[in-house]
Amino acid sequence: MPGTVETVASFSIRRTACLDADGRPLGPLPEFAADTDFLARLYRGMVLTRIFDEKAVALQRTGRLGTFASSLGQEAVAVGAASAMRPEDVLLPSFRDQGAQFWRGGTPEECLLYWGGSERGSRSAAAPEDFPICIPVGTQFPHAVGVATAFALRRQPRVALVMGGDGATSRGDFAEALVFAGVWTLPVVFVIANNQWAISVPRSQQCAAQTLAQKAIAAGIEGAQVDGNDVIAVHHACDRALDRARRGGGATLIEAVTYRITDHTTADDARRYRDDAEVSASWKREPVARLRNYLVAQGAWAKPDEERVLAECRATVEAAAEAYLAAEPEPATAMFDDLYAALPEDLQAQRAAVRERADG
Amino acid sequence: MATNILMPALSPTMEEGTLAKWLVKEGDTVSSGDILAEIETDKATMEFEAVDEGVIGKILISEGTEGVKVNEPIAVLLEEGEDASAADSAGSAAPAGGAKQGDGAAAPDAAAPDADEPAIDEPAVKAPGSAPAAAVTIPAEPEVPEGTTFKTQTVREALRDAMAEEMRRDGDVFLMGEEVAEYQGAYKISQGLLDEFGDKRVIDTPITEHGFAGVGVGAAFAGLRPIVEFMTFNFAMQAIDQIINSAAKTLYMSGGQMGSPIVFRGPNGAAARVGAQHSQDYAAWYAQIPGLKVCQPYSAADAKGLLKSAIRDPNPVIFLENEILYGRSFDVPDLDDFTVPIGKAKIWRQGSDVTIVSFGIGMTYALQAADELAEQGISAEVVDLRSLRPMDTVTVIESVKKTNRCVTVEEGWPVASIGNHISAVLMQQAFDYLDAPVINLTGKDVPMPYAANLEKLALVTTKDVIDAVKSVTYR
Repeated sequence: MPGTVETVASFSIRRTACLDADGRPLGPLPEFAADTDFLARLYRGMVLTRIFDEKAVALQRTGRLGTFASSLGQEAVAVGAASAMRPEDVLLPSFRDQGAQFWRGGTPEECLLYWGGSERGSRSAAAPEDFPICIPVGTQFPHAVGVATAFALRRQPRVALVMGGDGATSRGDFAEALVFAGVWTLPVVFVIANNQWAISVPRSQQCAAQTLAQKAIAAGIEGAQVDGNDVIAVHHACDRALDRARRGGGATLIEAVTYRITDHTTADDARRYRDDAEVSASWKREPVARLRNYLVAQGAWAKPDEERVLAECRATVEAAAEAYLAAEPEPATAMFDDLYAALPEDLQAQRAAVRERADG
Repeated sequence: MATNILMPALSPTMEEGTLAKWLVKEGDTVSSGDILAEIETDKATMEFEAVDEGVIGKILISEGTEGVKVNEPIAVLLEEGEDASAADSAGSAAPAGGAKQGDGAAAPDAAAPDADEPAIDEPAVKAPGSAPAAAVTIPAEPEVPEGTTFKTQTVREALRDAMAEEMRRDGDVFLMGEEVAEYQGAYKISQGLLDEFGDKRVIDTPITEHGFAGVGVGAAFAGLRPIVEFMTFNFAMQAIDQIINSAAKTLYMSGGQMGSPIVFRGPNGAAARVGAQHSQDYAAWYAQIPGLKVCQPYSAADAKGLLKSAIRDPNPVIFLENEILYGRSFDVPDLDDFTVPIGKAKIWRQGSDVTIVSFGIGMTYALQAADELAEQGISAEVVDLRSLRPMDTVTVIESVKKTNRCVTVEEGWPVASIGNHISAVLMQQAFDYLDAPVINLTGKDVPMPYAANLEKLALVTTKDVIDAVKSVTYR
C-alpha cells in the first residue's frame, strides 16, 4: 500500500419525518404542532391547492386554459415551505408550486390568468417581490442566489427560498447555484420536491446518488432529506433552514421526498410509462389525508370543519375561475408593453402597426 | 544587413514588459531557435528565441529594464562577417526574434505592425484641430457642451472610469466576474476598483459564466444593478440561457413587475491569434433579441458615455467591447458626468459620395478607408452605429438619401448580419435613393483560423472597404 490512506471527509444525510402515512406521530412533534389552529391552516392551504388543481385541469380539458401542471400529491411541499417563510422573504417558485404562491397571497385568479396566457397573472399584488413562475428547468436557482446576494449586500435579514423538482437537480444551474451559495455563505434555501418523476424519467435514471440532498455536501452547504408528504416535517425543516440562513449561517438544500400522483402536465399521459400499482400505492401516503387523520385523532377536526373548509375552498376557486373566464382578453399591443422599461422608437412603430391592424 | 531585434509581444494585448535577463552577450553567434532573453509581464515569463542566424552586434536595452514597449528595438543582429559598426545604422524594423510561450496562445508577430496595417496603439482618430486639411470634417461633438476640454485616454481607462463613476453614484452598482477583483480584470479593465469599493462590490466569482450570469440576473430582479464581466463574450455562450430567457424576457413575462437592470460586458469579436473558439463576434446574435439593448462602442469617449448610460438603464444591456481597442487612445470629454444615449449613431466624418456604416473595431477600417478615399477624390460619410439595439437607422437613412450609396463594415459572419439588416431597412425606406446595391463587408464565413496568414484573410481590411466603395461608386 503506498504511503498512508486516511478518511479526509465523510458525511451522512438525515431524514426527518413527523407523522407516519396514517397520520400517527412518529415521536415528539415540533413545538409549533401544538397549535392545531395553525395545523388547520396548513390543512386548508393543501386543500385549496388540490381543489384548484382539479379545477385547472378541468378548464384545460374543456379548452379554456393552456397547459397546466398539477401538484396533486405534493401539496405538503409547497405549503410546508411557504408557511415557514416570513412575508419579507422572497419565493422563487417553479411551475408546480402554486400551493406556495397561494400561501403567500398569490390568488387562484392570478394563477389561472398566468396559465391562460396573460402576463397579468405574474403581477402579484400581495407578494410583489416574489418571482414569477419559472418555466425553464433550473434557471431559478442562480436567481435565488442573486436575490440572496442582494440581501447580504444590503445587510437585510431576509432569505430567498427557491423550489424545483428532482429533474432540475441534474442541471448545471442547480450545481452552480449551490457552489455560489456555499462560497459566499448566502441566505438561501433550496427546496427540491423529489416527486420521483421528471416527465417519464424516474428518479433512478436521474442520478445515481442515494439522495439528492447529498448534492449539498459537494458545495459545502447543509443538506437534509424530509418526508415531503408530511407537512409538519416540511414546515419544520424549512423553518430551521430559514432561521439558520437569516442568522448568517448560510444555505441549506432540502430534499422533500414526495410523489407526483398525476401526469407531468396536461400535455402528458403518465399511464404510458408508469405502473398503476405504483400510483395506487402512493395514494396511501398522500399528505392531505395524513394531516386530517392526525387532526381528527387530536380531536381538533370533525365533519363540519371538513365540510366548511371544502365549501370555502370550492367557492374561492369557482369565483377565481369565473373572474378568469370573464377577464378581458389582452389588447393586441400587450405584446409590446413591458418589453422595455420605455419602448424604443423602432418598436413603437411596430406597436402602432399592430394596433392599426387589430383595429382595422 | 544589420537588423533590429524587437521587444516581442507575449500576448496579443501586451503593450510592454520587463527585459528580465539576457542569455546572450554582444559578439555571440546565434542561430535560429537559440534562446536570446527572458521577457516578463505581470502575467507570465517567457523565453525569447532567435529566428534568424547572425551575431549579436549590440544590446540596446540592458537586462532588468522595465516598461520596454512592444516592438521597441532591444538588440541589433549582424550578418556573419558584418562589422559591429553596422549595428548603429540598423534601420529595418522587421522583427528578428521569435517568442516561445508556454501555452502557445500567441505568436510574437500578432501585435507587430504590418506594413499595410496601422500599429494597434496608434490613435485612429486625430484630435480636433489636428485634422488634415483634406475634406475631413469631424462634426462638433453634440453630446458635450461648448468649451469642453478633452483628455487623452485609452478605451481601457475610459471603461474603468465609467464603472467607478457609476459605483460612486449608486451604491446598488457592483461588479462581478472572473478575475475582476484581486487580478484587476483579465484585461485590466477593473484596475483600482477593488481598492476603492471593497470585496462586497467588486466580486471574484467561481468559474462558471452560466452560474454568475444567473446570480447577476437574480440580483438585478431583486433591485441591485450588477455589472457582469465576461472575460470574453465567447464564454458567455454558456450563459446565454440566463441572458436571453431570464434577463431579456422577465420584465415582459412578469407583466412589468420585475425588471432586470443589468449590464453584461466584456470583449467581443476577434482579438489576434486566439483561434476559432475565442474570436467570435456576437453583435448580430444579441441585436436580434427583444428585451435587450446592445452597444458596441469604438472610441474611448463612447465606451465611457455608453457604459455609464448602460449601467443606469433599467433594461438588460449587452455591452460589447473589443480587446484590440482596449489599448487605443482617444479624446474623452473632461466632464464630471459624461453620458452617451443608447440608440444614437454618430457621424464621424461627413461626405457626399458614399455612406460607410460600421461599429466597434470595424470603424478603424471605415475611417482609414475614408482617409485614403479622400485622397483619391471620393468623399465618404462614416457612420458609427455605436448601439445595435435599438439601432439608429434614421441617421443611416438620412445619410444614404444624401450619398445614394452604402457600404457596411463588420467583423461578424455574413448570414443574418448587422449589414443585412441595414440593407433591408434601406431597401424598404430609401429604395428610390439608392444608386447602387448596398455592399455588406463581413468576416469570412468560416471559424476564425489560428494561422496568422489565414486569420488576416478572414477579417475585413481597409482595402476591402476601399474596393467596395469604388464598386458602389462605379470607379
